[in-house]
Amino acid sequence: MEQDVLPVGLERDARHLVTLEPGKAVLTRRNLVSAAASLAASGALGAAPGKAAAETIPSRPEWQQRPGAELMSPPYGAPSARESQVIRRARHGSPPPPTNYAGISLTPHQNLYGIVTPGGLHYERHHSGVPDIDPDQHRLLVHGLVERPLIFTMDDLTRFPSVSRLHFLECSGNTPTWGVPKPGLTVQDTHGLLSCSEWTGVPLATVLAEAGVRPEGKWLLAEGGDAAALTRSIPIEKAFDDALLVYAQNGERLRPEQGYPLRLLLPGFEGNTSIKWLRRLKIGTAPFQTRWETSKYSLVLPDQTIRQFDFVMDAKSVITSPSGGQSLKGTGFHEISGLAWSGRGKITRVEVSTDGGTSWHDAALQEPVLSKCLTRFRFPWQWEGAPARLASRSTDASGYVQPSRAALESIRDGRSYYHNNAIQTWAVAANGSVVNA
Amino acid sequence: MRKAAVLALALAAPGLVAASGSLQAQSLYHLGRAATSAEIAAWDIDISPDGAGLPPGHGSVAEGKAIYALKCAACHGDHGQGKPMDALAGGLGTVFDAKSVRTVGSFWPYATTLYDYIRRAMPFPEPQSLSDSEVYAVSAYVLNLSGIVPDTAVLDAASLAKIVMPNRDRFVHDAKIDIGQPQPGAVPAVR
Repeated sequence: MEQDVLPVGLERDARHLVTLEPGKAVLTRRNLVSAAASLAASGALGAAPGKAAAETIPSRPEWQQRPGAELMSPPYGAPSARESQVIRRARHGSPPPPTNYAGISLTPHQNLYGIVTPGGLHYERHHSGVPDIDPDQHRLLVHGLVERPLIFTMDDLTRFPSVSRLHFLECSGNTPTWGVPKPGLTVQDTHGLLSCSEWTGVPLATVLAEAGVRPEGKWLLAEGGDAAALTRSIPIEKAFDDALLVYAQNGERLRPEQGYPLRLLLPGFEGNTSIKWLRRLKIGTAPFQTRWETSKYSLVLPDQTIRQFDFVMDAKSVITSPSGGQSLKGTGFHEISGLAWSGRGKITRVEVSTDGGTSWHDAALQEPVLSKCLTRFRFPWQWEGAPARLASRSTDASGYVQPSRAALESIRDGRSYYHNNAIQTWAVAANGSVVNA
Repeated sequence: MRKAAVLALALAAPGLVAASGSLQAQSLYHLGRAATSAEIAAWDIDISPDGAGLPPGHGSVAEGKAIYALKCAACHGDHGQGKPMDALAGGLGTVFDAKSVRTVGSFWPYATTLYDYIRRAMPFPEPQSLSDSEVYAVSAYVLNLSGIVPDTAVLDAASLAKIVMPNRDRFVHDAKIDIGQPQPGAVPAVR
């Protein structure tokens, strides 16, 4: 991915050339100097630490010489055009999917900061495209083993007492990197089926209480309103614990690809269970054995059983900077930064190793540290220029410690595919390049 | 000040009661409206593993073969061998191999899941377009491809619910934590 970095710098200067005078591409001495400086900077990557790069920065840059863009251009603000490489992508090296209506796109954690994933960068997993649902025509049906089968409009649902909570969502197919590590993978490839948002909605328990769940109701079937009409069975305890019916994300109504206008959110559970475009909840006595909890999202184990309903995403962490495809620009100080999370509660500890797990050191946890939410960790590091192996290990409030790859693969392997929460290692070479290891 | 606090408590109380689920006998917010039995029937398309929800109608392997050729084969192959989408047949006995072939025949624990899934989500470009009898027919053909029902089979609610899939007993409902205890060399967590 390093090749992504350098051309962007050059492209930036090329853009200056054509925007200098509207309608006319003008190549001035100043721009030539700017482009040359950019090249010099890129050539100076291997320079000794502290050595000043020869560069000429204009004292009065182009963007100070006249007013910038008008207000509301555009009315719904977008990221800087200079950040155009920060986008969701398909998994590097994976064959193209047979259809673009079903598949995944990945969050670019190598480019992100803090714990909140911007709405437009939240990972996607769809099974039959993104529906364009008219919220005025959308209804939620609650039925089955209830005293009062009810139908709710979106207006009904937004009138209930609301809550806002920060939670991660992780597909249980995140990190399908069993076996020999592929050096070309970035953190977007290895951990991109993970995102975190502030979700606003009504507790599912509140809505279920309106319908009145009968004592024999033990499982809940949740059904999507997309063309896949995806269904999952949820234990009723989770419904009455912390499940949410969500209509807003990061302060605005849900994005279409995140379930607009209504989705289920089951904090800490594998992402597939947080049904998007939610249109039906049915209370029953037992799991409904849908396709998505039998032939998919089940774990084929070495003891020749197939484990179902293993919902919780166990404690996990990953270093996002520096990470695969990036390059350390010189020896000296580097902050190691990453994300830790657990479906069982709060992260209580993150340790970082720079020697491949031989020694571990506590990382600082950035507040807020919230339950079933991403936690940002930081570790200061002086790189002397020798090859290094960077890894992180998280512990959650239940005492669960993230396992090593060897430990995980001693009890499970690629056949189980899902729920790989092993420690991730990035190898730093003497030239500063960072690869998946 | 005290009055304000009492008011705040009174406002918070209904939410607390609702969240506990302890007062389910009565509606607290009176939002939403009663669903009619006709509305429920129109939306209630799921099938349980005991066969609950299977609709009237029937379909044969031969009928299913004709529908399959027209509406399924382009994605799943002439005989369910897959490509570009999932294989539906074959792979019997390979589930636990390093290179397993997981198909309806080799992997799926319940035939009711097949009926449920075809009815709700297939054919991919036109879901919920097959009649209930057509879904029985396609289900029968797909099961026949793996030898689970004979060439002469005709499936309906009663016969489909009785099918025992080859891999059913391998499925276990188990969410035990099998790893994650402190690793060798790990320092106890700071609590």
